[in-house]
Amino acid sequence: MRFVDEFRDAQKAHALAAKIAALCEPGRQYKLMEVCGGHTHTIYKHGLEDYLPESITLVHGPGCPVCVIPMGRVDDAMHLASQPDVIMTSFGDMMRVPGSGGSFFDAKAAGTDIRMVYSPLDSLKIARSNPDKQVVFMAIGFETTAPSTAMTILRAAAEGIGNFSVFCNHVTIIPAIKAILDSPDLRLDGFLGPGHVSTVIGCRPYEFIARDYGKPVVVAGFEPLDILQSIYMLMLQLAEGRSVVENQYTRVVPWNGNLVALKAIGETMELRPYFEWRGLGFISHSALRVREKYAAFDAERHFDVPGVRVADPKACQCGEVLKGVLKPWECKVFGTACTPETPIGTCMVSPEGACAAYYNYGRMNRRRVREAEVSTP
Amino acid sequence: MCLGIPGELIEFLPGQPDLAKVNVSGVKRVINVGLLSDDPPMPGEWVLIHVGFALSKIDEQEAAAALQFLEGIGQAYEDELAALAESAIE
Amino acid sequence: MTAGRVGQQPGNAGWVEQALREHEEAERRESEAARARDHSHGELSGATEAAGRRPPAGDREQQVLDRIDRARRRRPRVREERITMAHGAGGKATRTLIEAIFLDAFRNPMLEPLEDAAALQAGASRVALTTDSYVVSPLFFPGGDIGDLAVNGTVNDLSVAGATPLYLSAGFILEEGFPVADLTQITTSMRAAAAAAGVYVVTGDTKVVQKGKADGCYINTAGVGLIERETELGVARARPGDAIIVSGPVGDHGVTIMLARGELDIEADVESDTAPLNGLVAGLLDAAPGVRALRDATRGGVATILNEIATSAEVGVEVSEDDIPVRDEVRGAAELLGIDPMYVACEGRLVAVVDDADTGRALDALRAHPLGEQAAVIGHVTDDSPGVVRLKTAFGGTRIVDLLVGDPLPRIC
Repeated sequence: MRFVDEFRDAQKAHALAAKIAALCEPGRQYKLMEVCGGHTHTIYKHGLEDYLPESITLVHGPGCPVCVIPMGRVDDAMHLASQPDVIMTSFGDMMRVPGSGGSFFDAKAAGTDIRMVYSPLDSLKIARSNPDKQVVFMAIGFETTAPSTAMTILRAAAEGIGNFSVFCNHVTIIPAIKAILDSPDLRLDGFLGPGHVSTVIGCRPYEFIARDYGKPVVVAGFEPLDILQSIYMLMLQLAEGRSVVENQYTRVVPWNGNLVALKAIGETMELRPYFEWRGLGFISHSALRVREKYAAFDAERHFDVPGVRVADPKACQCGEVLKGVLKPWECKVFGTACTPETPIGTCMVSPEGACAAYYNYGRMNRRRVREAEVSTP
Repeated sequence: MCLGIPGELIEFLPGQPDLAKVNVSGVKRVINVGLLSDDPPMPGEWVLIHVGFALSKIDEQEAAAALQFLEGIGQAYEDELAALAESAIE
Repeated sequence: MTAGRVGQQPGNAGWVEQALREHEEAERRESEAARARDHSHGELSGATEAAGRRPPAGDREQQVLDRIDRARRRRPRVREERITMAHGAGGKATRTLIEAIFLDAFRNPMLEPLEDAAALQAGASRVALTTDSYVVSPLFFPGGDIGDLAVNGTVNDLSVAGATPLYLSAGFILEEGFPVADLTQITTSMRAAAAAAGVYVVTGDTKVVQKGKADGCYINTAGVGLIERETELGVARARPGDAIIVSGPVGDHGVTIMLARGELDIEADVESDTAPLNGLVAGLLDAAPGVRALRDATRGGVATILNEIATSAEVGVEVSEDDIPVRDEVRGAAELLGIDPMYVACEGRLVAVVDDADTGRALDALRAHPLGEQAAVIGHVTDDSPGVVRLKTAFGGTRIVDLLVGDPLPRIC
């Protein structure tokens, strides 16, 4: 596969790994945060940590848009799905996220019409084919996905479709990163910037991280070599005492972002004054809602959404995992009461969640594996 | 947030605004290229696909440059290893 | 977590408290039992907690991994109140359902191995018996139809038990309004498939249900075969050092079905790999006496079989991503959807566990047959980390391959 396989070449990885190791100051520990859930997934799926020296720890960040949805919002979505004549449509990622009374998957088993879609356009198609039903699209995702929802709303408006609406849970990445930077619990040395969010917002929005907080940022692609190269670029900055924003993912990320996409978002959506994030609490101007002008396509205006706030279960430590304060295995219920089969929190059930990635891919004593590999001829 | 796949644009769908067929490793899918209206992709060009939309064009020169950098590092590494091996022969 | 409580008063998640209590209870029981054992051996169990010292991070992680291992070995319980699609996917949920409900209800030594077919003594002969139900949608797809699956699937379950497939039953559940022409097409396929496999459909049944049920046509089969070989086959017999072989590229069938459903608007040149494997198996078993286990890679894909080997035999399994054959188009479709070909169903592929010394003979025998031309060794059984399947990624790193809970869900994110 072009533009994929070349960036998964193991031979180049060894070279990069050697360069990275050479940049480590003896005795110093490095903590690099990979913001994006997609990066967490790639790191574990390809076993990337095997290439890093022990002095570099990759800290998983809050860039998992499913993980940060609080239970109350999931309950709201379930409420919408259970309205008469509603067809709820959702990406696969949301299907198993538990609310206080079950997940979409459970509701589907109990007879609710919930359908999995790959694109918001599929949801619009279902609306066209079912004029007597109300089709609701559960919109999730950071700025990567918001433009697609926006374009779908514009298309629905252009075609005058009257039975399609969006339950908007799009969130924005910068406030989350800022919350992490301002958190006293963490001392991070640098950031791997979210590659696909950056195709939309560009690289400028991260400049405050380098300028005001003195931390280097490298906008990284999603193949394992992209991530290794980005780590190398971060370590180089640290070794040279620089802190700037660099773009490793130049083949896809334009420095100024995608103006058409930003315009589409701006036309159809606006920032909410505040929004609750699982584990991070209420953050101002961190999420999007549908504009008044497109009220006809806003599920929250069209339906009565309970909006009940549900506290995270006490045992659930998703918040700390999302902030990077806890590693997945450090959560008290990790792997015992909370597993992919019986998830308590979102981090375990979302395919990009750190806990799911660690449980499904990374659950091993890495040192022993390395020792075994060295001793095997 | 992240599942973006590179695909090659094959053709636009006639009469359908913004729709084009892409090829991903022999698999063909129709996607919406409306987000690239400022600089529309042409058949033969590559785009990054996310939830049924093309988010960005893949700049082949930048990709080649990235690979060259990686090749360069790879080569330097090989050279170093070779030098190390030679110097170890006493 | 209980299903079916949709619409209950939101505001608190009582099921979380319950799940925690259950685990704490189980942990308490296990540690009491462990203390009792240690005590009777005159040893003291690890006193790090008592000493108040925090063990180093690497050891703490290992402690967590050990705790998780214990949790995974506990008796399975079905927590849901209702059956979900996950229970039918061939992954963890299916396994839990089978063990907690079916095995629990019917338990007997012939059922316990939970292999693809049961090996039975019938007078002086050893006989293999299997059953399957086919509920595929759509009924007709590139490479075959539900009829082909019904015959080949049943033949394959018998073949991997080391039996010569002989006779099939075919029970049809037909939806009111189902076109007779479609039924004829299905039975024509079945006739051809049976002839190709050398088996006979000797008995059957027909039921019709009201419009709206049965998705057109469901087929249930049972199959009987004769076990004439001395070799006992079973995943529990895998031993460290054994080679693991797959007979050809994986994921063709599952991807074909996903695309044929038409919901995803994807075109690809893939077709189902449905085929009868009895000829391939006979050739293999004739050539290589060191075959320990054979499995038909259907629902849940190759990854599920690897986990079954690791769990049943209490061994480790290590495979290499580079060595697993996957067609380009299957890979492309899987990448597009964000799913892993290792978990995608096949209908004409087998996984063999073979004594390492016999690897050459096994590969030659497989490759000599049209259905096994691309047979490859994908990994080995090890004695490291019993119960765990590890993958050396194409990138050179290591990761685990666990059972999925249910179907691989297409993801965006």
